[in-house]
Amino acid sequence: MQLETKVPSGALAAKWDKHRFEMKLVNPANKRKYRAIIVGSGLAGASAAASMAELGYQVSCFCFQDSPRRAHSIAAQGGINAAKNYQNDGDSIWRLFYDTVKGGDFRSREANVYRLAQVSTEIIDQCVAQGVPFAREYGGTLSNRSFGGAQVSRTFYARGQTGQQLLLGAYQALARQIGLGKVKMYSRHEMLDIVLVDGVARGIITRNLVTGEVKSFAADAVVLATGGYGNVFYLSTNAKGCNVTAAYRAYKKGALFANPCYTQIHPTCIPVSGDYQSKLTLMSESLRNDGRIWVPKKKGDNRKPGDIPENERDYYLERKYPSFGNLAPRDISSRAAKEVCDEGRGVGETGRGVYLDFADAINRLGKAVIEDRYGNLFQMYERITGEDPYSVPMRIFPASHYTMGGLWVDYNLMSNIPGLHVIGEANFSDHGANRLGASALMQGLADGYFVLPYTIGDFFARTGPSGITEEHAEFKKAEEDLNNKVKQLLSIKGSKTVDHFHRELGKIMWDYCGMARNDAGLRKGLELIPKLREEFWNDVNVLGEGLEMNMSLEKAGRVADFLEFAEIMCHDALDRDESCGAHFREEHQTEEGEALRNDKDYCYVAAWEYAGEGQAPRLHKEELKFENVELATRSYK
Amino acid sequence: MNLTLHVWRQKNATDKGRMETYQATDINEHMSFLEMLDVVNEDLIGKGIDPIHFDHDCREGICGMCSLVINGIPHGPERATTVCQLHMRHFKDGDEIYIEPWRAKAFPVIKDLIVDRSAFDRIIQAGGFVSVNTGGTPDANAIPISKSDADEAMDFAQCIGCGACVAACKNASAMLFVGAKIAQLAALPQGKVEAERRVKAMVAQMDKEGFGNCTNYYECEAVCPKEISVKGIAKMNREFFKSMKG
Ligand SMILES: Cc1cc2nc3c(=O)[nH]c(=O)nc-3n(C[C@H](O)[C@H](O)[C@H](O)COP(=O)(O)OP(=O)(O)OC[C@H]3O[C@@H](n4cnc5c(N)ncnc54)[C@H](O)[C@@H]3O)c2cc1C
Ligand code: FES
Repeated sequence: MQLETKVPSGALAAKWDKHRFEMKLVNPANKRKYRAIIVGSGLAGASAAASMAELGYQVSCFCFQDSPRRAHSIAAQGGINAAKNYQNDGDSIWRLFYDTVKGGDFRSREANVYRLAQVSTEIIDQCVAQGVPFAREYGGTLSNRSFGGAQVSRTFYARGQTGQQLLLGAYQALARQIGLGKVKMYSRHEMLDIVLVDGVARGIITRNLVTGEVKSFAADAVVLATGGYGNVFYLSTNAKGCNVTAAYRAYKKGALFANPCYTQIHPTCIPVSGDYQSKLTLMSESLRNDGRIWVPKKKGDNRKPGDIPENERDYYLERKYPSFGNLAPRDISSRAAKEVCDEGRGVGETGRGVYLDFADAINRLGKAVIEDRYGNLFQMYERITGEDPYSVPMRIFPASHYTMGGLWVDYNLMSNIPGLHVIGEANFSDHGANRLGASALMQGLADGYFVLPYTIGDFFARTGPSGITEEHAEFKKAEEDLNNKVKQLLSIKGSKTVDHFHRELGKIMWDYCGMARNDAGLRKGLELIPKLREEFWNDVNVLGEGLEMNMSLEKAGRVADFLEFAEIMCHDALDRDESCGAHFREEHQTEEGEALRNDKDYCYVAAWEYAGEGQAPRLHKEELKFENVELATRSYK
Repeated sequence: MNLTLHVWRQKNATDKGRMETYQATDINEHMSFLEMLDVVNEDLIGKGIDPIHFDHDCREGICGMCSLVINGIPHGPERATTVCQLHMRHFKDGDEIYIEPWRAKAFPVIKDLIVDRSAFDRIIQAGGFVSVNTGGTPDANAIPISKSDADEAMDFAQCIGCGACVAACKNASAMLFVGAKIAQLAALPQGKVEAERRVKAMVAQMDKEGFGNCTNYYECEAVCPKEISVKGIAKMNREFFKSMKG
């Protein structure tokens, strides 16, 4: 299979303009003849649905929560990047582009990243026009803060609830179109299959989560905006419902899954406290602007943090990375935390934690300033741990947070299946092997507001309205397959709950395909996963019926997909015999323990193709060419 | 700790529903309330009993999905806390806990503790937005907004749309929810342009959905996990009278 990236020729800075000129347009009067299905109502899905409806297309939008406003984007805390250079500190489109490519450890596609940096500025304008209450200075201009991996202040924020405010902006734009009758919204509907007709994506099969009814929806194109798969680790900062199902079902229908092993482990989360734990809570990276990370110098030092004198503390990030200090990128900070805990210097009951200390900042700036900046995060921390972070340092530890991998897409954000577009966290496109903080919100909104609405028009203009309806035989067949699967899950009546299997899978993935990986471990994972999967299909206990609200059944479907998908992750991590970004292969590190890339052999996107039940997936490579930046060793020292 | 739970069970919208009693054993004080229910559910499944259905997703107090009335109080006893962030250290061994769904005519029960809150979406669809299309907007710094206006807008914008305000109100009024959106947009120049149209449309939809009126008990503010102030309701009323005068 030849992977065509469709990246336009010409100078990097001119590509997007040129492409917009070359794309075919749909005549405004004809737009209403085209039907688009958008699965997902997060930043990517809601912004795309609203923008496309404004243009005049017929849009249907789906989400599994009870309202589009509850998509997981709502939980993003810290901020959104944009190359506005409002702080006059030397930022530019080029710098944002460069930081993102470098932050991704030179494993992303230059042209896509450059376009992202270009449209970033329009996003902020759009959101302000919608009434998003970003933080402001006394003079009335917008405030910025710094985020990891950058030395300029380009992050816009709304207290610690930036994702919420951006999503509500997009949700309101979407609500306006729903009210106008231009978007048909289907909440509490889960997409469980995608339907191809003559090789083109023409619709989806859903299960109504209230009634259990299985139903087809036909269209001229399908857009997946279904978020990331961080919950493959069971414990993660993602919402409980986040899953890989939509992307995985598309994969089984022939869409390529790119770089599945690039999963981001976020350095600042509240540590695990017990086996019952159902999720982990992120403490925004923005806290690293003012908090200092440290552990005791001595092993097993269990004095109270306040009793440990300055000279017996190791501010290890400041020590190892003097120029970025506490703002070193996520992958590097996470591994550094793991390292000090592995050495026996971790803190808290479990020894899997490090301090994030605000004492200095409170002394310097006063409690009120810190409260204004992070009040809600401090509150959240106190609620969960019962400790007051104004007086005792926070304890934090890395957790699964974001997935750079996703369905492979070309420059038009279309997968290798014609008509199937993928946006937001669900695609693989812009972050390479590691995402910088505040860049996912930017990408989701860039894709949804400013890229997809154009590129999908080109697809429509080239292919014309399909006229395909739900009566087509392919839909009937897919419905039947799904009904059979539901029956099968309900008929096992085994002895273990769905959560049991999810937790076991999470352990395998964290141990063998987590923050650090090696050949033997990955092979071990590949041995354990199929066994667990077999046990699942023989011994899972899903009560209730198909034709009713049944949350165990919903979970069972998602976990069944994770149990297959996990294997592709391990295959990918095994194939990538180098370290890059968040993918750390223990065999490849420098003497100081930093990731050692191998550009000669691995400067490619690994795109995996489904090869049939029980078969190892087939690898396709998109070679990455860097024409504008020099491949350098990342250094944050 | 060990607890006795009395939980509302209702198979579907047409079922009459009833309270059932379950034991929660070996509960750890660090668990969240929802994690405690997870443990109970694992146990129920083992016994072949349909698990208790409740809404939840983010489990960090921001999506607005979780929605339980605990011992008569929406989101339970802790101030400014959603149930998903309520931890078991606030309960003690031997406690009896009553768990019920939001109760309001406009929020019909779907199953067990899950209700249909789509009425809130329809109120926003009626006017809870600024009518701008994508693209062609002015530079974000073109219109200065004072920090205090931006802060005020943000105070109201924090609403997570959970519906606790409605569940707490004896009139099942949605005025805190509606007032919060109106007050947010009224504080910003971008929102002022269509302020009149907005308040009329949202209030009309609110009435149509069957929410009651505010009679100043302020139970809504007391249970709001985001501590949205009832000043939002006053603001809404002012905006509404302004719009009536034309
Ligand atoms: C705690 C946390 C904090 C974060 N903070 C930041 C930050 O400060 N800055 C930043 O840039 N990024 C941040 N991120 C990352 C960022 O929030 C996400 O990457 C981004 O919001 C994803 O948006 P999305 O639209 O792609 O997906 P989501 O918002 O996850 O939306 C997915 C949508 O798809 C729907 N869906 C999924 N599967 C199906 C299906 N099968 N059928 C029907 N519907 C389906 C869901 O209902 C939902 O509507 C954070 C992430 C987390 C977890
Ligand atoms: S589960 Fe999201 S607010 Fe409680």
